[in-house]
Amino acid sequence: MQDIPILSVVTFLPLVGALLVLVIRGEEADVARNARWVALWTSLFTFVASLYIWFGFERGVAGFQFEEQVAWLPDFNISYHMGVDGISMPFVLLATLLTPICILSSWEAIQTRVREYMIAFLVLETLMVGTFSALDLFAFYMFFEGVLIPMFLIIGIWGGPRRVYSAFKFFLYTLLGSVLMLLAMLAIYFEAGTSDIPALMAYEFPSGMQTWLWLAFFASFAVKVPMWPVHTWLPDAHVEAPTAGSVILAGVLLKFGGYGFLRFSVPMFPLATDFFLPVVFALSIVAVIYTSLVALAQEDMKKLIAYSSVAHMGFVTIGIFALNLQAVEGAIIQMLSHGVVSAALFLVVGVIYDRIHSRRIDRYGGLVHRMPLYAFVFMVFMLASVGLPGTSGFIGEFLVMVGVFQVSTWAAALIALGMVLGAAYMLWLYRRVIFGKLTKADLMEITDLNRREILIFAPLLAIVLWMGIYPTSFIEVMEPSVELLLGNYQAALAAGEGPSALAAR
Amino acid sequence: MESLTLMPALPEIFLAVIGMVLLMFGVFQGDASRHWMTWAVVASLVVAGVLVPQAADGRSLAFGGLFVTDAFAVFMKELALLGAALALIMATGFNERERIARFEFPILVLYATVGMMMMISANDLIALYVGLELQSLCLYVLAAFRRDTVRSSEAGLKYFVLGALSSGMLLYGASMIYGFAGTTRFDGLTEVLMGGDVGLGLVIGIVFLVAGLAFKVSAVPFHMWTPDVYEGAPTPVAAFFASAPKIAAMALFVRVMIEPLGGAAAEWRQIIVFISIASMLLGAFAAIWQTNIKRLLAYSSIGHMGYALIGLAAGTEEGVRGILVYLALYLPMVVGTFACVMGMRRQGRMVEGIEDLAGAARTNPGMALALAIFMFSMAGIPPLAGFFGKLYIFLPAIEAGLYTLAVIGVLSSVVAAYYYLRIVKLMYFDDPNEGFDRPMGRELSWILAATAVFTLFFFVSPEPLVGRAAAAASALFGG
Repeated sequence: MQDIPILSVVTFLPLVGALLVLVIRGEEADVARNARWVALWTSLFTFVASLYIWFGFERGVAGFQFEEQVAWLPDFNISYHMGVDGISMPFVLLATLLTPICILSSWEAIQTRVREYMIAFLVLETLMVGTFSALDLFAFYMFFEGVLIPMFLIIGIWGGPRRVYSAFKFFLYTLLGSVLMLLAMLAIYFEAGTSDIPALMAYEFPSGMQTWLWLAFFASFAVKVPMWPVHTWLPDAHVEAPTAGSVILAGVLLKFGGYGFLRFSVPMFPLATDFFLPVVFALSIVAVIYTSLVALAQEDMKKLIAYSSVAHMGFVTIGIFALNLQAVEGAIIQMLSHGVVSAALFLVVGVIYDRIHSRRIDRYGGLVHRMPLYAFVFMVFMLASVGLPGTSGFIGEFLVMVGVFQVSTWAAALIALGMVLGAAYMLWLYRRVIFGKLTKADLMEITDLNRREILIFAPLLAIVLWMGIYPTSFIEVMEPSVELLLGNYQAALAAGEGPSALAAR
Repeated sequence: MESLTLMPALPEIFLAVIGMVLLMFGVFQGDASRHWMTWAVVASLVVAGVLVPQAADGRSLAFGGLFVTDAFAVFMKELALLGAALALIMATGFNERERIARFEFPILVLYATVGMMMMISANDLIALYVGLELQSLCLYVLAAFRRDTVRSSEAGLKYFVLGALSSGMLLYGASMIYGFAGTTRFDGLTEVLMGGDVGLGLVIGIVFLVAGLAFKVSAVPFHMWTPDVYEGAPTPVAAFFASAPKIAAMALFVRVMIEPLGGAAAEWRQIIVFISIASMLLGAFAAIWQTNIKRLLAYSSIGHMGYALIGLAAGTEEGVRGILVYLALYLPMVVGTFACVMGMRRQGRMVEGIEDLAGAARTNPGMALALAIFMFSMAGIPPLAGFFGKLYIFLPAIEAGLYTLAVIGVLSSVVAAYYYLRIVKLMYFDDPNEGFDRPMGRELSWILAATAVFTLFFFVSPEPLVGRAAAAASALFGG
């Protein structure tokens, strides 16, 4: 199609940067400085290259674009196949956008083993972009699962006091889900004779088999999302991870789950999806309400935001499985929005953590008097998280509500309750941290955002407002792909025997 | 077939003759010859490695059909030779430092290797036994090579007693099979079993045979010797035990089960499934509480053999291919890991505690990186080589419908991931101990670098190895 294999370039450019960082020699301080700059420039280059995908992406086309295919294991009909459609393309951009921001945010916070840190982030970027653009089951799995290694190291080496426990919990939880998915992938491969994702999306699996395959994939993606009750690794991982680690975790890694549902579960196993709809609905509603209540009780800022992530991802899963145009688009927008907003909120926490070295909410108060700019930035992202109209959060949650309402009024009412609770814990957090009297001695001297921090927040702020005010530029990208997905789903249901579980009501 | 053909056995004959010649030199020159002896043996192993593919011309028999060479044998022999050569190279520096360098050491390794090659090529229950004993006798001596320490002598004795027991069981099984089938020849057995009627006596014979073979690959419930022998034997010997003999024994296991006993697959499959599950679970759970790195690796190797046996449980050509790929990828990992263990030295003394690795990422970054690669690879995390091993082993299991086995397999791999991660955690997350001695030695560093690079970058082009393994596996099913 085109001459430059742009997806491979975007995927593997960070690896080149990682190699450069690896060969840096010299005094420790020099190595650290050079590693930071090399990593920053590499990730910026990668981001610029990925902009080519954004602008070169043909709107109105439902299928995959920028496809590349190279034989990898020809005897097995397994190939290195890359490509993006309207669903995956925005996530590629999300990953390339957040990586330079992470590197910039760690500029001063990370002082030990800087070289390894930068290598870990660059490798992570390669794996994230690869996950979203792989179009072969096994290539996807390699990227998807490979992410565990750098993330394990990031949490374990640069994390907080309970980092070892959290890193193990993160790794083993996710691994447990994924190995079951691997077996399902092998079963798929034998059933269909290919591991090519576009071919598999068109393949009709026997309905009995779909149930098991769906469950195996669900085991992996539900842990990744994370859905209640397998979310418990997330608060631990977030609290202990360094700021940038939390940013990537919340911003990108959680999206693997939602993306996986859209890419595998729904198109490949439509009958099973239909069968399990009530389960997903129930789990999502519990996630939204229960974790919102848990968030209200938190005293640690990062933990609060982590629980809010679970709640917001509950919107995503219920939106995906409502399976109509508004809800699915809403779910994707919600994922993108959450990717930016939760990432920004973790950065917001990181700013004061760098200064005071505490994440406890009661250590703060009255910051607005010393940090007006910070208060403003925090406010925008806090309101975006709550879902105030004009911000990206509103578009996502609103579309999901509209879509879910068509399927089940009760479900819509219950998640609306979750929105109210969301407003409660976020506003209360904001009040406790920002407003009130400035009484604590060390807060008297706290400084406002510096230039580097402004540089970090500016693009995120712009995107949150852009998505909130003119979401069309995102929706037009994904709409044809989502329509195709839902069209195929309805067709498969019509072809499959038996009335659907939800329609029967 | 009646004429005396020696060509297929050329590499074995070559090695045996060279071994005698070197032994003569050694006897007359004394321990002064030990410096060049290792390299002479390594060179002859390399020459044998060149000869092996030459000697095989399709499927060819020698010694009146007692000895067979085919693509399967070539693949396994190359692996065994590679494992032996690497272990030997690693041993040189170690033996010198530990003052146990004798000229017999390389020659024992050489004869053990000849025994392995005969096992791999055995086409008769008697030939099988002779090859096995030649290998085992050399290994018994090697295990006790550091004869002035109690632990090493204990390892040798333990290995010898239990090995003799297992040889006895194997021999008893072979005699039962001979009694009920009327032949010891593999092709004869195939014909007998073709008849479809597998009598009870034959089944009992098969059970004893499997028990003997399971001992040699250290599969549960015949694994007890492994941790003690690994811990007690000098580290390079343990590295050797973990690589080449395992491969040879597994090759023998596969050949016996698939070729002569293929007709009785329904009878032995459940035994293999049990052994496989038990090995995987024990390898996963027992290793968690280990404090000695060599014992940990012993349990890990038990687990790995359990995985490899999944391919045998499937009993298909794809299953055998899976085993071959698994072993070929396991070999560099385990050799590299043992190279790291040999690099664990403080003030000239070996340390073997897992806790000693704490903070190695800061004191010995290169070694820590390599060991981390091996650990993630053994845990089966993509994109490292170990993942492909698991992939090709679970592929046939799913195809053969062994879902329970596959699910238990992946779940135990998650448990096993815990202790592999623990080593990474110690090296990368914990505060440094006093560092290890540097440099670790030229041979060790080279082996470490080569195996780590292979493990890390195998994913770029898995095709050549997998293709060769597939060809080797098909040789077993072609006849």
